[in-house]
Amino acid sequence: MIEVKNLTKVFGKFTAVDNISFTVKKGEIFGLLGPNGAGKSTTLRMLSTLARPTGGVATIGGCDIVKNDTKVRNLLGVVSEKMIIYERLTAKENLWFFGCLFGIPKEKLHKRIDELLDLVNLTQFKDKQVGTFSTGMRQRMNVIRALLNEPQVLFLDEPTLGLDPQSSVEIREFIKKLNQEKGTTIIITTHMMLDADLLCDRIAIVDHGKIIALDSSVNLKKATVGANTSIINLGITNLNLDMIEKIKTLPCVGAVTQEGETKLRITVHGEDAFDQIIDQVRTLNGKISSIENLQPTLEDVFLHMTGRNVRDSVESKVLVHTRRMAKMPVQRGR
Amino acid sequence: MGAKRILETSFRIAWKDLKELSRNKLGLLMLILMPLLMMAMVGFIYPSGSSIDMSNLKVQVVNLDTGFMDMSVSGDFASAVNQINSASVNLAFSDGTTLDVLVDSIQRGEIDAGIVIPENFTYCVLNKQQANITIISDTSNPQVSQQVSGVLANIIESMSKQVAQSNLAAQLNITSAQAASYMAPYNVSSQGVVEGSSSYFDFIAPGLMMMTVMMSVMTGLPGAITHEREIGTLDGVMVAPINRLSIILGKTLAQLTRGLMQGLIILILATALFGVTIHGNILLVIGLLLLGVFSFVGLGVALTSLAKDQESASMMLMAIMFPMMFLSGIFFPVKMMPGFMQTISSFLPLTYASDALRKVMVLGSGIPQIATSLAILIVFGIVMLAIAVPLFRRMMTR
Repeated sequence: MIEVKNLTKVFGKFTAVDNISFTVKKGEIFGLLGPNGAGKSTTLRMLSTLARPTGGVATIGGCDIVKNDTKVRNLLGVVSEKMIIYERLTAKENLWFFGCLFGIPKEKLHKRIDELLDLVNLTQFKDKQVGTFSTGMRQRMNVIRALLNEPQVLFLDEPTLGLDPQSSVEIREFIKKLNQEKGTTIIITTHMMLDADLLCDRIAIVDHGKIIALDSSVNLKKATVGANTSIINLGITNLNLDMIEKIKTLPCVGAVTQEGETKLRITVHGEDAFDQIIDQVRTLNGKISSIENLQPTLEDVFLHMTGRNVRDSVESKVLVHTRRMAKMPVQRGR
Repeated sequence: MGAKRILETSFRIAWKDLKELSRNKLGLLMLILMPLLMMAMVGFIYPSGSSIDMSNLKVQVVNLDTGFMDMSVSGDFASAVNQINSASVNLAFSDGTTLDVLVDSIQRGEIDAGIVIPENFTYCVLNKQQANITIISDTSNPQVSQQVSGVLANIIESMSKQVAQSNLAAQLNITSAQAASYMAPYNVSSQGVVEGSSSYFDFIAPGLMMMTVMMSVMTGLPGAITHEREIGTLDGVMVAPINRLSIILGKTLAQLTRGLMQGLIILILATALFGVTIHGNILLVIGLLLLGVFSFVGLGVALTSLAKDQESASMMLMAIMFPMMFLSGIFFPVKMMPGFMQTISSFLPLTYASDALRKVMVLGSGIPQIATSLAILIVFGIVMLAIAVPLFRRMMTR
């Protein structure tokens, strides 16, 4: 459905997207995962004909994104990171406006708008100005706006960004349903591991404008955690910085991340890793409250592939979301 | 996807923009308030012949006349001056005592001017000599001083003419009309090409209308587009299968409507509150406003394409708009500017637009009389659009 070959985008001296290639099959949910500034959004912008590639080619449904851009636009639904809705218009007026831009006949558009509003439970708010909506409601509006033209391909740029967990779940379920019922091909960009993990058939991990890994979630995890490596969650009631540093120096320990005041997430190698860590904590007079052997998450995959944590990328935009992301593993643990 | 579809989507976009505007209460209020403020400000700050309020100006009449042979005519003179004054300009007259007191009051700023009747007034009048009336004014305020002394001199001159006329008629036993023709064989009367006199408002209203309409396009267009780009909705419009030209068209149409509304508000205010009359064709007035907008759309679009965000757009606008406001002859006639300023002024499209509009509104000109200005505006508009549209397309796919 989508074929991308050597796609490149250069802004001045900065190469945002560096020679990337991938294909997305019809009916697939494809994830572009990476920290902010990795080039995910730029890739999507190029594919949605909003930015002109500096090099390379891409086709959607057989149409070239540069030469045949109008045809491509007819196939597409785009949910961008910034919400595309006018606050001073009502829900219905918003949808009507965008529907008209797609040249949908009036009768059909009326039906379509009612259908879509019903689908996301916004029917009773259809004559309210969108400015009065909650963030979750807006995002639902934002998504159904992209579905007006019954797109064969849907692009979602950070669809759960800034949403509370419940709204995120709703959006995710909606995307999944759409994919299953209508067979819509979907590309999602996200820096939320959870999104990618739960939704995507295949995931491309993007860093510095390049795809560094591309596989299914399961396979990516397998590649990260071998027979010799595992990930543990260690609870220490009197955890302190000194203790963390000491644990980091152990030869069997890979990456260490602190999650909450008393929890550490540690990647370990070797058979006697557990013993080594417990010994170390004991000699430091640490009180161990729990040890868990965890399934690796995409977070770990990313860490493994890039040597960096997703949340480490120093950018203001990321910082805002760091706090929320820190909570995610806790949810996962349950 | 032909021209019809482009127009259709343009209307859609314009309609959407106007709907948004109509729900923005503050924006609407400003839409009406701005022209009102502008009109009121320039109207009241800039003094014009008829609009200046003379009754604020205080004039002291100092009668130093000592009389002649138990007779005094200065009292009659003073009251006659007073009479003419209250029938015409209505300055605030008061009686003074001595020259020193008058000078002192002027220095204190309590009095704006004084009329001094000399000691030998009655003597001169009765002995067939010219009596010298002196007008003293507050020269620290040249405009007021000039105005007041002019008015006073006029009053006194017209009095002396009357007296001379009746004296002459009596002396030569002729009619007073004949006497007038002896005194002044040539009489001057000046008039405009249309009836009635024109005030500063007549001069300023057309320019102000044109400026408001153009400004709303110049500020509104980049504002609207960069705003939508920043909040992200522009992407939504651009991923729709529409021609990008209809985005420009639609936005322009919306701003045009807004500008035209403001222009009409000024027109209504000017006619209702400030006594401006339109001598030309009202349709031509509206047509000219539209043409003015057309000539500026290109510039607006070009600015939009060059500016990265709303802030830099408005900075660039200020740099262009400010000189234009003052050099295009809106507040001050171009013909009274120094030579090199006139040259600069002749490069500004607003000069031609407001000049043409003024000719139509004040002089009742038709299309043939303003053809040159029209041609310049059309050419400017086309050239700017030819530059702007490619810039805009490039910006869109950055």
